[in-house]
Amino acid sequence: MLMLEDLRITKGDFTLDANWSVAAGMRLAIIGPSGAGKSTLLMAIAGFIQLAAGRITWAGQDIAALAPGDRPLSILFQDQNLFPHLTVTQNLGLGLSPRLALTADHRAQIADVLSRVGLSGMGLRKPGDLSGGQQGRVALARALLRARPLLLLDEPFAALGPALKAEMLDLVTEVATDTGATVLLVTHDPADAKRFADQTVLVADGKAHQPRLTAQVFADPPAALATYLGS
Amino acid sequence: MANSAGKIGAITTSGVAIAAALLVMCLGTLAAVLLRAGDAGFDPADAAAIRFTVAQAAVSALLSVLLAVPVARALARRQFAGRSVLITLLGAPFLVPVVVAVLGLLAVFGRQGVLNTGLVTLGLPAVSIYGFHGVVLAHVFFNLPLAVRMILQGWQAIPAERFRLGSSLGFAPSDILRHLERPMLREVLPGAALVIFTLCLSSFAVALTLGGGPRATTVELAIYQALRFDFDLGRAAMLSATQYALCATAVLLSLRFVQTPGFGAGLDRTAITWGGLGRWHRLSDGVAIGLASLFLILPLALLAARGLPALFDLPAAVWPAIARSLIVAGVCTALTTIAAILLAAAIVQGRFAKMLEFAGMLPLAASGLVLGTGLFLILHPWVAVERLTLPVTTLVNATLALPFVLRIILPTMRKIEADFGRLATSINLSSFARWRWLILPRLRAPLGFATGLVAALSIGDLGVVALFAGDRGVTLPLLVQRLMGAYRMEAAAGVALVLISVSFAVFWLLDWGGRWNADA
Repeated sequence: MLMLEDLRITKGDFTLDANWSVAAGMRLAIIGPSGAGKSTLLMAIAGFIQLAAGRITWAGQDIAALAPGDRPLSILFQDQNLFPHLTVTQNLGLGLSPRLALTADHRAQIADVLSRVGLSGMGLRKPGDLSGGQQGRVALARALLRARPLLLLDEPFAALGPALKAEMLDLVTEVATDTGATVLLVTHDPADAKRFADQTVLVADGKAHQPRLTAQVFADPPAALATYLGS
Repeated sequence: MANSAGKIGAITTSGVAIAAALLVMCLGTLAAVLLRAGDAGFDPADAAAIRFTVAQAAVSALLSVLLAVPVARALARRQFAGRSVLITLLGAPFLVPVVVAVLGLLAVFGRQGVLNTGLVTLGLPAVSIYGFHGVVLAHVFFNLPLAVRMILQGWQAIPAERFRLGSSLGFAPSDILRHLERPMLREVLPGAALVIFTLCLSSFAVALTLGGGPRATTVELAIYQALRFDFDLGRAAMLSATQYALCATAVLLSLRFVQTPGFGAGLDRTAITWGGLGRWHRLSDGVAIGLASLFLILPLALLAARGLPALFDLPAAVWPAIARSLIVAGVCTALTTIAAILLAAAIVQGRFAKMLEFAGMLPLAASGLVLGTGLFLILHPWVAVERLTLPVTTLVNATLALPFVLRIILPTMRKIEADFGRLATSINLSSFARWRWLILPRLRAPLGFATGLVAALSIGDLGVVALFAGDRGVTLPLLVQRLMGAYRMEAAAGVALVLISVSFAVFWLLDWGGRWNADA
């Protein structure tokens, strides 16, 4: 279980509070107007923003003191998820061996995960030679290789068209179901939340609200969400 | 980085160590100079040297900038075959060793040069290149291209839409000048002039070869003479302190008023085109570009013609000189590059960033002869400095080159951290992997360019080495200068040709190495 206990983030006169938990294996959408702090919340969980107060625990362990790379999570950013000067294999290899000293076993794992995301045989290409969707698949494949129990997605597919984005989200769902990963997805698009998430968190007015079942949230939107949706 | 807020990492530590070394090099030598200068006063010759230094720098800056305006304008509004090659070539004089350029200028304007041969044939009196105007001529040769590039940048910073709007309103060239170009020039010209003024203040090799005598001695040259011929340490120290004050003032002024010009590409953007240019403008543009090209190319072409035969009869001293120059340049480049990378990495990490950056820019206020004098004052009670000529030269050149390397690589280092720092942290790249797989691969192109620049400048440098070298520490440029001093002009031209070939080859090799097989 991921628990945010009396979490507070401050940046200048901006504050964001959160006090809730998500069960392991859950898929959670984080929605809200831009500038409300969705990404900020994700960056705090990932360790790129210091907490002003509170704790973040995973399976009962406080992770707030850990360096970003040591936390039990993988994160996909909005962009720059791959090193453009390295091949697909090298990009994936960095998820396995930080020195990029790849053993035969590593290579087998990489080939395996590439076929898992539908990119068999593309290991020698560089990110620039791939489409946006394919780049997203490589980033996802690296997260798969790192096999961390938490997966944080900061709108990594926002630049893709609707059909491609839906396809990627389905792939994430598939992978997360297989591995039992807990997924947090930041999005500004209600359709993503409906398609993907068991539960949805609304971030608005300086607060990340309690997660609720996605269907319920949209059937009976709280005032802040109704304003955002324009309904 | 967010996670390392508490402790000071190895990178920051090494950055601070490098900054401290720079402080010792720049301010330690200054302290040594000031301590020794205490009792010495100005004599009339020193006052003359100061006046000459400032005057020649001012005139050189003014002439370079004024002559550059028509050339830059012609390049900004003309599209012709070879335009981008010409703009690239404008970067080359920066790499031409001073002694080589001086020999080239002598081939045109010297006693035996084509100009005087022509004048004499016509029955007119010959002109002499030595003295004030010779020094200025050489400075314009080096700095005209720099000025053209800076001013061209100003022209290209005017949005093309403005020119389009101008032509749609039926602007004549005079209207464009008034509404678009003159405001830009008012902003760009003072800065360009100030940069060139600063560069010319610490002119040594030009003054050594074309100046001299009581009426054409720069402060740098006076330091050299005081130390080398009179062995008057007090006077050398006093002059060094003066030179420090001059340079520091000019650097502070230019840091305050000048947007420093980039060395990078982007200037070969296509020309701005607008209608309504009459025949007169097209003619004047052609003349400006033609004359400037002739002025820059002719000296080097004549030097090549003169030096080629001598290539088959090079003095034996040339081979050890090549080896010495390459070793000095190699060590100097390695030192500067490693120091600059570590310093830049520490600056990017953000701790003490302002102070570290300041230390990295400090050598801009120093000059070769001043650092050399300071080191001499510090070292000579303990060792025979002549025996340390090459190590001292290497150290001084490495110090002076550091700000350039830092300026070239720092923007890229910042961009690497901004674009990929979080990704690298999120997948837990070790610091080894960061350097090996992220920073060095992405830094390769600017690094190749910067190392090429430093190596070429170091190979061509005739500064502090002239101060100390006996018969054993002779580098290529010093060999050229000594051959010139012995009036062995053919041999000097031959060695100069070797020198410029070696330094261009090294630049090209390193720069190409940075770009070879590079991507994204």
